[in-house]
Formats: sequence, structure tokens, C-alpha cells
Amino acid sequence: MGTLGFDLLALQLFAGVALGAIYVLLAIGLSLIFGMLTVVNFAHGAFFMFGAYAGVFLAARGASFWASLIAVPLIVGAFGLLVERFLIRPLYGRGIDYPLLLTFGLAYMMVEGIRIAFGTLGLPFDTPESLQGATDIGIGFFPTYRLFVIGATAAILLGLWLFLERTRYGLIIRAGARDPQIVRVLGVDVSRVWLLVFGLGTGIAGLAGLLAAPLQGVSPEMGGPVLAEAFVVTVVGGMGSLLGAVVAGLLVGVTVALTSLFVPEMAKVSIFALMAVVLLVRPQGLFGRPGLLS
Amino acid sequence: MLRIEDLHAWYGPSHVLQGVSLEVNRGEIVCLIGRNGAGKTTTLKSVMGLIEKRRGRVVFEGQEILHRPAHARFALGLAYVPEERRIVPGLSVRDNLRLGLVASPEGRRHEAERIERATAAFPRLKERLDQVAVTLSGGEQQMLAIARAMISGPKLVMLDEPSEGIMPVLVDEMFEMFRRMRDEGTTILLVEQNVELALGLADRAYVLDQGVVVHHAPAAELLADEAIQERYCSV
Repeated sequence: MGTLGFDLLALQLFAGVALGAIYVLLAIGLSLIFGMLTVVNFAHGAFFMFGAYAGVFLAARGASFWASLIAVPLIVGAFGLLVERFLIRPLYGRGIDYPLLLTFGLAYMMVEGIRIAFGTLGLPFDTPESLQGATDIGIGFFPTYRLFVIGATAAILLGLWLFLERTRYGLIIRAGARDPQIVRVLGVDVSRVWLLVFGLGTGIAGLAGLLAAPLQGVSPEMGGPVLAEAFVVTVVGGMGSLLGAVVAGLLVGVTVALTSLFVPEMAKVSIFALMAVVLLVRPQGLFGRPGLLS
Repeated sequence: MLRIEDLHAWYGPSHVLQGVSLEVNRGEIVCLIGRNGAGKTTTLKSVMGLIEKRRGRVVFEGQEILHRPAHARFALGLAYVPEERRIVPGLSVRDNLRLGLVASPEGRRHEAERIERATAAFPRLKERLDQVAVTLSGGEQQMLAIARAMISGPKLVMLDEPSEGIMPVLVDEMFEMFRRMRDEGTTILLVEQNVELALGLADRAYVLDQGVVVHHAPAAELLADEAIQERYCSV
């Protein structure tokens, strides 16, 4: 391949990173919620979709995209707090399948609710004006909005990392994910921490939905495929591992981007093939601890 | 300070505590002895609020706490060091100690000072503050678990089998420290397999058997009473 080929490959890799960024944001919430609450949140895709529609709703009322970037995670996270407090909390201590079934049903209800409120057809979502067009990144022109998605994801991950590593709540979350009982014995009301984590995870999913909206438009069903991909990412990265979610998210994004370039008909299957290979070699995922579910 | 009356506790269908009554006074070291399965650990767990199915009365500092959650009991000044120590694997020694302060606003304001004071007695912990806690030896982990429980300044600390699996020389050091803790005003409720050592330290002792208290006496008296030790404590 000549330089042109190399540039194309590099651009496609970069596109994979942008795609992976959305997966990372979803997977990190899934992983955080699973690691702390042992809840497999099947409604995570619905929260993602809910975030995109919250953006549509706010834009129709004249809110700027930048204002939505702040407001959407707060709205979706607040809804997440209600869901944890009133629907999931009564199910703790009953085994992993109860909250799984609950969130599975909740996802259908959220999708149906959005269909009733916004119609069954998809809607376009404008890229904010200042982020339209392409930017020269040295190897070629790359859509500015995708660059923004990568940057925003990096900023969110940095913020999350600082929150987990540098704050008291972060310490409680890191400890509580390993041993909730000792955290209770040391005086922490763990149920409040779980509430916070669910709100945080769903808020980030909502933000991911808003970020994805200009890339793919919005539709009531947009959460379905992306949930499947986010699950692949958490399984590949290791359930409950945040570092795993980041690495695997980018890996999955790049895998999709490269297979769409070389063998487009394989693009959808490739990530599942990747998952199969990882599971054969490391059943606990790249960064997971063995026996988390036993 | 702590009064337990007719305490019953269950693990699933098995009725582990069948009416335990005992009392711990301020400034005492009280020790629970008895065979494996006599209900010693379950008594401590019930006092800390870690047993779901329980009945009876647990009064701490004049307040009935049987139906309060564990974190609320901590807030009243109860601390518990479980037998398994429960050092949090991924965290550094320092973060494990900080974890002992997260629920105490007063402690958080003086975090550095508290950590300094908590590790003053444990030079080995002090040297390893930024090391991941799982790399410590068993004895060091036990010291860390005790330091973590004590760092918030609890009124009563419950210790479950602190000497288990630790080198004898460290055990002596640790028991010396318990004596100092008592002299500094901490009340201790101790469960210990090493009966002779425990009775040598404690002021009073209760003998548990099959979920009830079968005997209680000043520790010195029990130490001399080989018949009781033989009957309830020998394996």
C-alpha cells in the first residue's frame, strides 16, 4: 500500500476510535452498575435512547447543544435515581435475575413511552453548527463532530477517573465494589452509594445518547443494537472493570471500523467473533477478575 | 455500655443463638470463649447488625440498636474487626485506613493526623502506606484491620479471633496493644480461640456453648478453673 492507503487506514482507525468512544461511555456505566450493584442493566440502551430524545426535546424548546450537554445527563441520571430507588432497590438480595428481568421490561416501557410521546419514526438531529465540517488532523480530513465526540469522551473519562481516585465517594465506590459489607461496617450507608452509582451510570448513558444523536439520528429503537454492542464491550473488557470497558470499547470500535473497510459484510459479526476469541482465551475478560458471578 | 438480653439469631433455618445475655462495661476487656460453632462470631455480628434474622435486645449506650442498620451502629461508636479481616484487595494501605474515616466528618478533617496517629504503633504499616494492602503479611493485614477500625475513635471495638494465623511474637505485641487501648479508654469485646492468652488479657469472660451463655466469671478465676476450660473449650 502507498501513503494514500496508509492514510485511509489511519483515518478508518480514527473513525473506529470515535465509534468506540460511544461504546466506552455506555460500557463504563454498565460495568460500574454491575460491579457495585450486581445489576445487569438491560435498560441501559433505553437510557441511551432517552438521552437522545431529551436532546430532541430541549432543542425543540430552543436550548443549545451545549446546554443540552449539561442538562441531558442530569435529566437522564435523575430518572435513573428514581428507577433505582423505587424499582430496583426492593429486589436486592433476591438474585441476579430479578433486576435483570425488571430492567428488561423497563426498557420496553421506555421505548413505548417515547413512541407515544415522539412518534414511531426516527427524527434527524442536527450537528451543532460550530462542529460541522471536517478538520485536518495531519493524516487527512476528519469530521469535526467525531473529533469532538472523542474529546468529550476523554474529558468524561478523566473526570470519572478523578472522581473515583481522588474523592471520598470514589474511595467508597472502589471499596464497595470489592466488599460492600466492610464498607457498611465502617459506617457507610451502602444503599445511598448504590443509588448514586446507578444515577451516574445512567446519566453517562444519556449523555452518550445525546453525543450519538448527530451521528445516527434518533429513533425509539436506537438503544437496542448499541446495548448489544455495549454488552460485548463489558464482556470483552471484563464485567465490573472500568479500565476493561475503556480498552475493550476502543478495541470493538476499531474492529467494526476496520472490518467495514475491508469486509463490510462482516462488520456486524466481527465484534461477536472478537468476543468469542477473548472468552476462549480469557473467560473473565481482558481485565476481569475470575469468578465474579460465582 | 453494651447490654445484650435474650438474643436469638438464625442463619437460614439454623437457630445459632438461643438466648444470649451478656454485658460489657466501659473500660473493660470482655472475652467470649467456647468451642467452634458455640455462637461467638454470631454474637459479634449480631451486635454489629450483620445478621438478618434476630430477636431480643441489644442496648448500646442506652439505645436499643437491634433493628438499626450496621452503618448507624458504627455512628454510635461501635467498631468490628471480622475474623477474615476484610482488607479491601485493590486499595493501598493508606486508602484502607482512609476508608475507616469516610463516615466520620470529624475524622476526615484531620485525615493526615489520624493516619499518622493510627500507624504510630505500627511502624511496618507506616513504611508501607502506599503499597497495595494485599501484599502485606497476615499479621500486618490484621494490624491494618485493627488500625482501620480504631482510626475513627470508636467507643467499643469487637475483635474476632485477632490472633488467628499470626506469628506468636506478633500476637504478644498485639495483645500488649489491646492492653494499651483499654488504658486509653477503649472498651473491647474479644472473641479468641487462644483461651489462655485471652483470659490473661481480659477482665471478665463469658463461656458460650450451643448458642447460650453457660458461665461467666472474672477472667482470672476462669483461668484457674481447668474443669470449665476442659468442658467447654477443649477441642
